[in-house]
Amino acid sequence: MSFLVALPVLLPLLAAALSLVAGRSPMVQRALGVVVLTVIACVAAALLVEADSSGPVVLELGGYGPPFGITLVADRLASLLLLVSALVTLAVLVFSVGQRITDFGRRAASTTFHPMYLMLCAGVSLAYLTADLFNLFVAFEVMLGSSYVLITRRVTAQRVRASMTYVIVSLTSSLLFITMIALVYTATGTVNMAALPEKIAALPPGVQSSLALLFLIVFGIKAALVPLHFWLPDSYPTAPAPITAVFAALLTKVGVYALIRTQTLVFVHSDSWTALLVVALLTMIVGVLGAIAQNDLNRMLSFLLVSHIGYMLFGLALFTVIGLAGVILYVVHHITVQAALFLVSGLVTRHTGTVSLQAMSGVAKGYPLVAVLFAVPALSLAGIPPLSGFVAKIALFQAGAEVGTPAALAVTGGAVVTSLLTLYAVTKIWAGAFWGKPAPPQPDPDPNDDVTVGTGTTSGAMLGATGGLVVVSVLIAVFAGPLAAMSERAANDVLHDAGYRSAVLGEEGR
Amino acid sequence: MTINITMAVMLAGLYSIGFYLLMQRSLMRVILGIVILGHGANLFLQVAGGPPGEPTFVGTAAVEAMVDPLPQALALTAIVITFGLTTFLLALSYRSWALLGHDEVQDDVEDRRVAEAELAEREIEDEAAEAERVAGFEAPEAPEAGPGQTDEEAGVR
Repeated sequence: MSFLVALPVLLPLLAAALSLVAGRSPMVQRALGVVVLTVIACVAAALLVEADSSGPVVLELGGYGPPFGITLVADRLASLLLLVSALVTLAVLVFSVGQRITDFGRRAASTTFHPMYLMLCAGVSLAYLTADLFNLFVAFEVMLGSSYVLITRRVTAQRVRASMTYVIVSLTSSLLFITMIALVYTATGTVNMAALPEKIAALPPGVQSSLALLFLIVFGIKAALVPLHFWLPDSYPTAPAPITAVFAALLTKVGVYALIRTQTLVFVHSDSWTALLVVALLTMIVGVLGAIAQNDLNRMLSFLLVSHIGYMLFGLALFTVIGLAGVILYVVHHITVQAALFLVSGLVTRHTGTVSLQAMSGVAKGYPLVAVLFAVPALSLAGIPPLSGFVAKIALFQAGAEVGTPAALAVTGGAVVTSLLTLYAVTKIWAGAFWGKPAPPQPDPDPNDDVTVGTGTTSGAMLGATGGLVVVSVLIAVFAGPLAAMSERAANDVLHDAGYRSAVLGEEGR
Repeated sequence: MTINITMAVMLAGLYSIGFYLLMQRSLMRVILGIVILGHGANLFLQVAGGPPGEPTFVGTAAVEAMVDPLPQALALTAIVITFGLTTFLLALSYRSWALLGHDEVQDDVEDRRVAEAELAEREIEDEAAEAERVAGFEAPEAPEAGPGQTDEEAGVR
C-alpha cells in the first residue's frame, strides 16, 4: 500500500518527460496529461480512505530511515488536499486543451505547456506529501520553477514586467526559505518535520518565536498575506485564464498548507496567536477593498483571492480543533471555487474580448450558461447559504465565537464584513459583465496575446471543465456533513500530532 | 557552540549587499542581487553544518572528527536550484530587454490607471454636475476640462 504515496509525485514527473519527448504530437500529450491526472485523483482517493481508516501511509524514500532519509507521508489532511488538487488540475487541463483546440489556427500548439503543467502538479503533490523541510523547499522550487515557465510563455511587452515581478519575488522568498532551513538546522540539527517539534520545544522561547515568525514570512509570501501580497494581483491576471486558475487555486493554498503544517506540527501554540489574527484581519479587509476598486475582471478576482486567504489565516491563528477544521474545509472549498471563477473569467473574456468590466456587457443574455456557471461559485465565495462557502464560513465563525477573546471576536466581525463586501464585489462583476445589452466581441488587440481572446466561441471541453468544477463545489456543500467530520479528524491529527510522529519516526521515535 | 567570525561577517555582507541590490530599479542589479543573496543563503546552509572536519568516508577517520555531511548535501541541491533559476532569470531579463528596449523595472500600468481613473472620474462627474447646475451662467471653463481629461485617460489606456 505504501508505494501508492510515491505515485502522485512520480507519475507526473515521468509523464512530463514523456510529454516533452512527444512534443510533436499534441494528441499524445493531451492523452498523457489527462490519464496521469485521473490516476492521481484515484490514488489520492485511495490514500484518503486508507489514511482515514488506518492512520497515515508512510514511505521512506531509498530505504534511508528517518530522520536522515526523506519520508513521504499521506495523512488525512495531505490526502484530502491532494484529492481536491488533482480534481482541479484535471479540470483545468481539460479546459486548456479545449481552448487550444478551439484556438487552432491562432498560433500552433506549444510543446512546453504540457510538460511544465505536469511538473507543476508533481511539485504540488510533493509539497503536500513530504515530511522533510528541505524536501518541502525542493517541492516549492519544482512547483515555482514550472510556474515561472508557464507565466512567461509567449510573453508580450505588457506582460513581461508582471512576470518579472512574480519571478523575482518568488525567488527572494525561496532564498529566505534556504536561510530559514539553515537557521533551523543550526538550532536543532534536523530538518525532519516529525523530529523537529521535540528539538524546537527545547530551544529558548525567543529563538522559538523568531523561527516561527520567519516561517510565517517565508510561507506568507507564497500564500500572499497582507502586507506580502503586493505581487499577486500584479502578476496572476497577466497569465492566460487556465494558468491563472491553477495558480490561484493551488500555489497560494500550498503556502497556506505549509503554514498549517509547520505552525501546528513544528511549533506549539497553546492559545490563539494575536499577531496572526491581526494579519488575517488586514488580509481580509485590504484584499476586498482592493477588489472593489478594480475595473479589470481578473485583477478583481485576484484581490478577492488575497482577501479570502485571510479567512484561512484566521482559523489557523485560533489554534483550536474546530478552527483548524474550518480552515481545512475553507481550503477545500476555496480551491474549487477560485479555480471555477477564473475559468469562467476565461469564458467571459472569450465572449467579450476584453477584461474591462466597463467595456463588457450582456453576457447573461447572450450566453446564459456562462452566467449560471459564474453565479454559483460567486455566491459561494460570498458565503450565501446553502453553498459551500457558507458551510466553510460558518465553521470559522463558530470557531471564532468559541475562542471568544476580544481579538478573535473582532476578527470574526471583520470576516462578516468581508463577506458582505465580497458580495458587493461579485455584484459589481455581475452588473458590469452579465447585465445589459449583449455586445459583439471587441476586436482582438494583440493576436499574440493569450489573455484577451475574443472569438465568441467556446468548446464543449471548456464548458464541461468549468461545469465540472462548479458541480464539485456544489457537492462539497451537499456532503458538508461527512466532509466537516473528516476535516475535524484531520485537524485533530495536525493539532495533537496524533500518529504523525510515531508513523514517521517508527517505534523508537516515540 | 563556537561561531566562525569570518563566516558570520561574510554572510552578513552577502545578505546586505544582496538585499541592497534587490531594491534597485535596474533589472541587471536586481538579478545580481538575487545571485549574491543566493550565494549568501547557500553559504549559510554550508556553515549550518558546524566547523570543518574530516571527510565522511567510512573508516578513514574517527566518527567524532568527521564533518556533518547532511548540510553539504542540502547546499549542493540548493546551489543547483539557484543556478538553474538564475539562468532562467537571465534569459527572462534578456527577453524583457528585447521587448522593452531598456532595463528599468516599470511601474504597474493598471495600478496607476486605477488610481488615476478613479480620481479623474470623480473630478469629471463633479465638474459635469457643477456645469449643469450653473449652465449658461458661467464661462465654459469647467466643461472644457472634462473632455481634456477623458482624452488623457484614453491615452493611458
